[in-house]
Amino acid sequence: MLSIENLHVSVDDTEILRGVSLRINLGEVHAVMGRNGSGKSTLANVIMGHPAYEITSGDIKFKGTPLKEMEVFERARAGMFLSFQYPSSIPGVQVGTFLRKSVSAVRGDEAPTAREFRKELKSHMDALEMDKSFLARYVNDGFSGGEKKRLEILQMLLLNPTLALLDETDSGLDIDALRVVAEGINSITPRAGCLLITHYQRLLDHVKPDYVHVMIDGKIVKTGGADLAVKLEAQGYDWIEA
Amino acid sequence: MSGDIARDAVGDYRYGFHDPENATIRFDKGLSEQVVRDISELKNEPEWMTEIRVKAYHRFMEMPMPSWGNCDMLNQIDFDAVTYFLRSSEGTEKDWDDVPDDIKNTFDRLGIPEAEQKWLGGVTAQYESEAVYHSIREDLEEQGVLFFDMDSGLKEHPDIVKKYFCSVVPASDNKFSALNTAVWSGGSFIYVPKGVHVEMPVQAYFRINAKNMGQFERTLIIADEGSSIHYVEGCTAPTYSTESLHSAVVELIAMEGAKIRYSTVQNWSANVYNLVTKRGIAHSNATIEWVDGNIGSKLTMKYPAVILKGEGAHAEVISVAYAGKGQHQDAGAKVHHLAPNTTSNILSKSISKNGGRSSYRGMLQVTPKAKGCRSKVICDALMLDADSQSDTYPTMEVGNSSADLEHEASVSKVSNDQLFYLMSRGHSEEEAMGMIVNGFFEPFTRELPMEYAVELNRLLELEMEGAIG
Ligand SMILES: Nc1ncnc2c1ncn2[C@@H]1O[C@H](COP(=O)(O)OP(=O)(O)O)[C@@H](O)[C@H]1O
Ligand SMILES: [Mg+2]
Repeated sequence: MLSIENLHVSVDDTEILRGVSLRINLGEVHAVMGRNGSGKSTLANVIMGHPAYEITSGDIKFKGTPLKEMEVFERARAGMFLSFQYPSSIPGVQVGTFLRKSVSAVRGDEAPTAREFRKELKSHMDALEMDKSFLARYVNDGFSGGEKKRLEILQMLLLNPTLALLDETDSGLDIDALRVVAEGINSITPRAGCLLITHYQRLLDHVKPDYVHVMIDGKIVKTGGADLAVKLEAQGYDWIEA
Repeated sequence: MSGDIARDAVGDYRYGFHDPENATIRFDKGLSEQVVRDISELKNEPEWMTEIRVKAYHRFMEMPMPSWGNCDMLNQIDFDAVTYFLRSSEGTEKDWDDVPDDIKNTFDRLGIPEAEQKWLGGVTAQYESEAVYHSIREDLEEQGVLFFDMDSGLKEHPDIVKKYFCSVVPASDNKFSALNTAVWSGGSFIYVPKGVHVEMPVQAYFRINAKNMGQFERTLIIADEGSSIHYVEGCTAPTYSTESLHSAVVELIAMEGAKIRYSTVQNWSANVYNLVTKRGIAHSNATIEWVDGNIGSKLTMKYPAVILKGEGAHAEVISVAYAGKGQHQDAGAKVHHLAPNTTSNILSKSISKNGGRSSYRGMLQVTPKAKGCRSKVICDALMLDADSQSDTYPTMEVGNSSADLEHEASVSKVSNDQLFYLMSRGHSEEEAMGMIVNGFFEPFTRELPMEYAVELNRLLELEMEGAIG
């Protein structure tokens, strides 16, 4: 479903991704781990189409279509979703309005009616243990780290993607929130592919990865199964570099 | 996607249509004492009003153009090319069916009769120089609320008008208030009796149709002790290649404990000079609120003012300005704290796009005897591209040290990250920009009646789009 071939990416002439290749099929969970600054967020942002990054060579295809032919919003409408490491705040735009507009933008003709939408929204919010007072607040404005992450997952559930890119969605969450977020992820993975960027084994206790990739210096240097994450947790990254 | 958010095209101005001009009386272009006298005579005004007009005319001729604001644009105004009076209908009707068809069609297209049925307590619709339609709900009339177009107000209640006319904004206040006082026509006259609360807003709609038209409405609102009213005004004009001039004067008087809210959504086409003087006097424990939105026009210079004359009076000025290509919005607020324990809040938000310019010009005065005052001023500017301009000219005159004053100002840009975030949720770049802009104006829009808020949001979304078919 997603195929990345030898991807090189630069920002302001500095190369950040230096030849990344990756394939994600429907139903697969791929964890990407690596130190800060190794290029994990860059990878997720480039897949989604952030304008700051320049693809200098290589190719990304989603369901067979080269992504360079698709605008960001078209990628979203085609079923891609990015849960941001640092979601932007949009002052003055209420969460409720934003969610409704986003659902109708992404799901188009298949968007739920107003009534169905409210029902869906309520059930997801209940599952994520979010109070309905969230809906009247402005998008991410003054949100705590944990609140932002819950809102990202709520959006993921509502937008129902076929490819979910989750960038450190577990960071800053307490144990209960982590469980709730993991349940959210598990609820979509049977029908979606998932790229899970994380530093911690604890999320992977709840969301079982099919593959674990280690990124160092803009390259995937090692790929293994779930046990690789356990080893990384115990031993760090030095042994890979050595 | 390009990270460059600048767009060349401005959204279509959807109110730019015009009707054939079927004037019943149209004055020759240009201004003279005779023109002023003719207007007064035509309206059968009392002698004292004619005298006020003539005196104001001479003040207008003597006074120089303001030396601030946008002098280049101001000096382009050709006062000799303006039509100062144009009557397009024989009378002011109480029934839309009696309004001439083409004029009625215009107001239908603007949605006025529909809004009136749904949520308004009264409506006055002005077309060129005079009101063509006017009505007030019976229950308000029964409670003694007076709501007239200004010409009828003068006829029916000359003593009230005489007492308050020019009492808040003297003719010689500035060149344009002098001009308005000389040639005024139309506008609203409202008196709310003691203790009466007008629950539904009353609305005035101003439409310019003719080319090179000058519209000079004059509004006077008096809220007697303990009463309240919400007045809403909207305005549009056709798009012509030559300029029109809109120069209104609005005077508000809020007696002890009264409350007046005056909301404006100004959406003139981009060939209209909008040079308006708005000022209110708030007596003890009274509140005056200006909710002022400036979206259209070529040049707007408007600084709604409140004189806090009585102890405990309160002023609220919430304004937004949108300056697109070729537009300059020079707007702001003035609050004069003349009495102890008076309070004021000023919130000003502006957006500049496609080389547009928005300026905040504010004046906050606290006199020596106004002890224990509180005031908070917030100015936020949002720039949508690098060609646009935003500036602030705040002035403070503080005459005693007991005042508690706060001032915050910010200038921000729409970040690529915000746009990317919204676009990753399926919104096109224009839609994303529209959401950000609407969000930025939200503290203003939430103060408007819902119908106006929806319309304003839609308008701004259109502005963010390229060309609309
Ligand atoms: N928009 C950007 N502008 C400049 N440098 C960037 C940008 N995004 C990422 N980088 C740089 O690229 C490198 C990788 O960053 P990132 O992808 O955020 O790493 P990670 O998510 O693995 O911590 C870092 O050195 C970072 O400073
Ligand atoms: Mg990161």
